[in-house]
Amino acid sequence: MAMQPNSADGPVLLRLDGVTKVYHLGDGVDVHALRGVSLDVVAGEFVAVMGASGSGKSTLMNLLGCLDRPTEGAYVLEGRDVSRLSRNDLAEVRNRTMGFVFQSFNLLSRTSAKENVELPLLYAGATGRERKERALASLERVGLADRAHHHPNQLSGGQQQRVAIARALVNQPRILLADEPTGNLDSRTSVEIMALFQELGRSGITVVLVTHEPDIAAYATRVVVMRDGRVVDDRRQAPLAAVPPPPGDPDEAGGAP
Amino acid sequence: MNPFVTFRVALRALMRNKTRSGLTMLGIVIGVSAVIAMVAIGEGAKVKVAQAFDAMGTNLLMVHSGSSTGGGMRGGAGSMPTLTWGDLAALRTEVSTVKYAAPVCQTGASLQSDEQNWTATVVGTTLDYFAIRNWGVVKGVLFTQADVDSGTKVLVMGRTTAEKLFGAGIDPVGRSIRIRGSPFQVVGMLAEKGQAPMGQDYDDTVVMPVSTFRTKIQGGLGNFIPGVVFVGATSASTTSRAQRDIEDLLRDRHHVQAGIENDFSVRNLSEVASASQQGTQIMTTLLAAVAAVSLVVGGIGIMNILLVSVTERTREIGVRMAIGAKPRNILAQFLVEALTLSLIGGLVGIGLGILTAQQLAATFQWPLLLRTDIILLAVGFSAAIGIVFGMYPAWKASRLDPIDALRYE
Repeated sequence: MAMQPNSADGPVLLRLDGVTKVYHLGDGVDVHALRGVSLDVVAGEFVAVMGASGSGKSTLMNLLGCLDRPTEGAYVLEGRDVSRLSRNDLAEVRNRTMGFVFQSFNLLSRTSAKENVELPLLYAGATGRERKERALASLERVGLADRAHHHPNQLSGGQQQRVAIARALVNQPRILLADEPTGNLDSRTSVEIMALFQELGRSGITVVLVTHEPDIAAYATRVVVMRDGRVVDDRRQAPLAAVPPPPGDPDEAGGAP
Repeated sequence: MNPFVTFRVALRALMRNKTRSGLTMLGIVIGVSAVIAMVAIGEGAKVKVAQAFDAMGTNLLMVHSGSSTGGGMRGGAGSMPTLTWGDLAALRTEVSTVKYAAPVCQTGASLQSDEQNWTATVVGTTLDYFAIRNWGVVKGVLFTQADVDSGTKVLVMGRTTAEKLFGAGIDPVGRSIRIRGSPFQVVGMLAEKGQAPMGQDYDDTVVMPVSTFRTKIQGGLGNFIPGVVFVGATSASTTSRAQRDIEDLLRDRHHVQAGIENDFSVRNLSEVASASQQGTQIMTTLLAAVAAVSLVVGGIGIMNILLVSVTERTREIGVRMAIGAKPRNILAQFLVEALTLSLIGGLVGIGLGILTAQQLAATFQWPLLLRTDIILLAVGFSAAIGIVFGMYPAWKASRLDPIDALRYE
């Protein structure tokens, strides 16, 4: 009973068509994490995926992020069916097309912000000079150019998440996948991060965000609600503008690490 | 990803945990340095043994008298004199492969100078003895053939004996000493010779004409030589033939029937030397094998730490995979980490091994012999260990599922 969203402009960036995912736990126990999901996402959309735990939203995220392959159904990304690619090919798709942002930031410890941001470029085969320039540009974009040589433990939670976003953006991806990106941040820092996502959306990057907080989902242009492995609600909305934090010392604009 | 970048990524990962990386390396360091030091010790010992045998004499054969058998007891070689002065003369003149032959009669005796008493080995021999043993005087002269012919009471003295009797740095030439009541004149001091293979001091001796020895020190039985005969073969390659020739000659002269045991024995010192060298070689191999085992243990240490590291860095691996690392990138990273650990460990081990070998060589006063092939082998071996023992953890890391890895707590 998936509802069709209101029409949106622009080309379809990704399309899920009747996607299911079954985990075989052995002893004949099968878990149906997704029971037939069809979804079109248009380039530049800011999609919030909501749902209770066990609703299949994480599985959906993993499939969208090419970290996993569907049991049945097709996943067409930029006009190419990626649902049956090998591990190596999926790694390449992730490297070129995706940016990942995690709840716990997942930065490499004892490694400077710049080097963390450079990581995807290492696997893309960029030259040293190119890596440096693009990493610094990416840090600049998230407002952390002056923190390039800080290590994660010298940065606040909000700053760490910004570094993670810079890392996700460094390879100029089409899609940014964020799994509870504000789960470890205080509300003020969360708004900052959401403002950043909205800005990225306006620049043409498609953002897909998993959250269970309705006030975070309010910043998205589209909300998809999952339950029991199915999409039960899918609507476009006028997003709430993320109000930039009041001017102050940027060092204090952090959250819990 | 090019190898240089892979190496940098690995190096950075190792630098993030310096203590652990250092301790892991230690296993390889100890292994490699042990191999290098042990082999150097073995080689040094081999050369030392060779030097000791060289000091005994060049192309040396020793002819001993037969053994006495009485009352069911066998006295051992030399216990019954069977070699005659005639045999000695025949050896010198009739055997083409024999260049020198000298009787060596020796006993311990008390020597008295004006100041001191000292007991040393007294040797009675002929001039051939000095030729066989490549031995000369550093002060004074050797006694002469005329002295041997007429039994003059002269002698040459080893350095240790001279020091004991007259004090260090005193020239003994021209002094006189008493042995068994007879006065002897010191005509020369012998060059320093060092230690015998079994540890006796070659320099604690006096050497006099054999004729003098027989009249003044120890008589013996008329025709028979109360000692052994040193024989110098014409060259190193003829020692074995000289041994057979001597046996043939003496069997003939002693009328030993075919099938009857020799009533004398000929020992080839180069054979004894090579047997002794073989013993040293076996010891060296054993030591190196034990050291190599420690190298393998070091490799297991690397595997152990890498396995822990893979588990600990599961999330890191997940992140790397999510942002585009292929399984082979992860495999390469951990393999290169293992290789870096083992190679750096190997290089440090070489340094430490050479230092240890130097210390040991200095302590034992052995020549320092570093074998380049062993050093290269040790490094190659440690690199191979890095790859072999790094393979399993690296493979494990590369097989991780990115989703599970990202979720790993």
